[in-house]
Amino acid sequence: MPADTLDDYIDGVAKALALPLEEAWRPAVRANLDVSLRLARLVDEFPLPDEAEPASVFTA
Amino acid sequence: MSAAPTPLSAAEIAKAVISGRMSALEVTEATLARIDRYDEILNAFTDVTAYRARAKARAIDAAIEAGKPVGPLAGVPFAVKNLFDVKGIATRAGSKINRDLRPASRDATLIERMEAAGAVLVGALNMGEYAYDFTGENVHDGPSRNPHDPTRMTGGSSGGSGSAVGGALVPIALGSDTNGSIRVPSSFCGVFGLKPTYGRLSRARSFPFVASLDHLGPFARSVRDLALAYDAMQGSDADDAACTTRAVEPTAGLLAQNIGGLRIAVAGGYFQKNLFPEAIEAVAHVAKALGTSRVVEIPEAARARAAAYIITATEGASLHLDRLRKRPNDFDPVVRDRLIAGAMVPAVLVDRAQKFRRWYRAKVLEVFKSVDVLIAPATPCVAPKLGQVNFVLDGAETPVRASIGLHTQPISFIGLPVVAVPVPLQPMPIGVQLIAPPWREDIALRVAYALERMGAVTAPLPRGI
Repeated sequence: MPADTLDDYIDGVAKALALPLEEAWRPAVRANLDVSLRLARLVDEFPLPDEAEPASVFTA
Repeated sequence: MSAAPTPLSAAEIAKAVISGRMSALEVTEATLARIDRYDEILNAFTDVTAYRARAKARAIDAAIEAGKPVGPLAGVPFAVKNLFDVKGIATRAGSKINRDLRPASRDATLIERMEAAGAVLVGALNMGEYAYDFTGENVHDGPSRNPHDPTRMTGGSSGGSGSAVGGALVPIALGSDTNGSIRVPSSFCGVFGLKPTYGRLSRARSFPFVASLDHLGPFARSVRDLALAYDAMQGSDADDAACTTRAVEPTAGLLAQNIGGLRIAVAGGYFQKNLFPEAIEAVAHVAKALGTSRVVEIPEAARARAAAYIITATEGASLHLDRLRKRPNDFDPVVRDRLIAGAMVPAVLVDRAQKFRRWYRAKVLEVFKSVDVLIAPATPCVAPKLGQVNFVLDGAETPVRASIGLHTQPISFIGLPVVAVPVPLQPMPIGVQLIAPPWREDIALRVAYALERMGAVTAPLPRGI
């Protein structure tokens, strides 16, 4: 994701969640989020059937 | 400097105390003196519970004098990662923020069980902030230091646990493992560590990190001690929603069983990449000792590690959201920035990670139909230098923090039991994972015991400590 787009996203989510975000923290937050999104893509692109149950489903 | 005399194991201490050859108070005083002398170097302890320890030791001695039963760990000193509740102490979990909590009103379940078996709690141990760490460094308390080279990392996040046992300050320590935090310090500090099956040991009254990945377990300098501690802590607990209701399955009496019939293989593919030569050597050493050249692939391990990373980042962020809002400047900046980023990962990706987790679990259970134990590296390398930020892994400049758990994360992701065994390479030890199917800690412990008996793995004594 382009840095500007990611920065816009970071600003939006920080505002929505009322999370503080000082400018000095931004490079590290962006770098960490970039890694998370890159790794999440590995999971995102893996085909699973519609019936796939998440591991967090519990027994009542 | 010459090596210190061989410290007594937990099993030897209990035997000596029960037989009256040593008193529990003598053992406790010797342990407190050793902590006083060497923790200045190791920085493993954040709290020493001397008053409590002496009182417990006296009670054990009095019980023995009166002919009352005292348990299989009578007089054995142990310490716990400081995310365990210790009555009377605020559970800091490696943080500055938690020091403002009220002191815990009751011990964690596992402390209660260790003490019910006669063990003596001597203190709480340093750890990475809120357990989001693989280094053992801590900006608030200073780093715990590696007993084999104090300029190196202990590994995290249970760094103090690895350091205290590796430095022979205590024979047993307890820690937690979300993505590798028992196995990594075991590897770097050259000790045995057990990460049991997810849900096996109660986490009640310990400070959480990632509920769906958190495990608690023991560190020790021998497999027998590891099994004694593990056996003492088993059992259901209504105070932990994830704790199993399975019956206790003792392991100490099974250790010497023949392992000849077990099917043992080395994990291939993903688990043979991103390794320094010492990690490759350690895995080959264990495989050779066990007489196996079979290699088995764990499917989609890289994706499993990615999914574990996402679940960790987001569940961790959820746990700390209020603290991030109210006291962001009181976090270790490295931890804070990762948690803030974790809060920003879209929920759909987390749900996909949880669905993938179930798929992956099924595939790995298929693998275990033809294998009883898998051998895999515990860490990519021996302990890096304190403060080291990057290293070259498979030819690429790579961040140390994010890479130390590459080989542990795909295993804890689905809660498999693992014994980390120390291979005493020179000058630094390194660990290897022995991975068993769910609920078969006994198998991993038996294989570890066989390796220890043949001299292939051992917890080396640190020089000068």
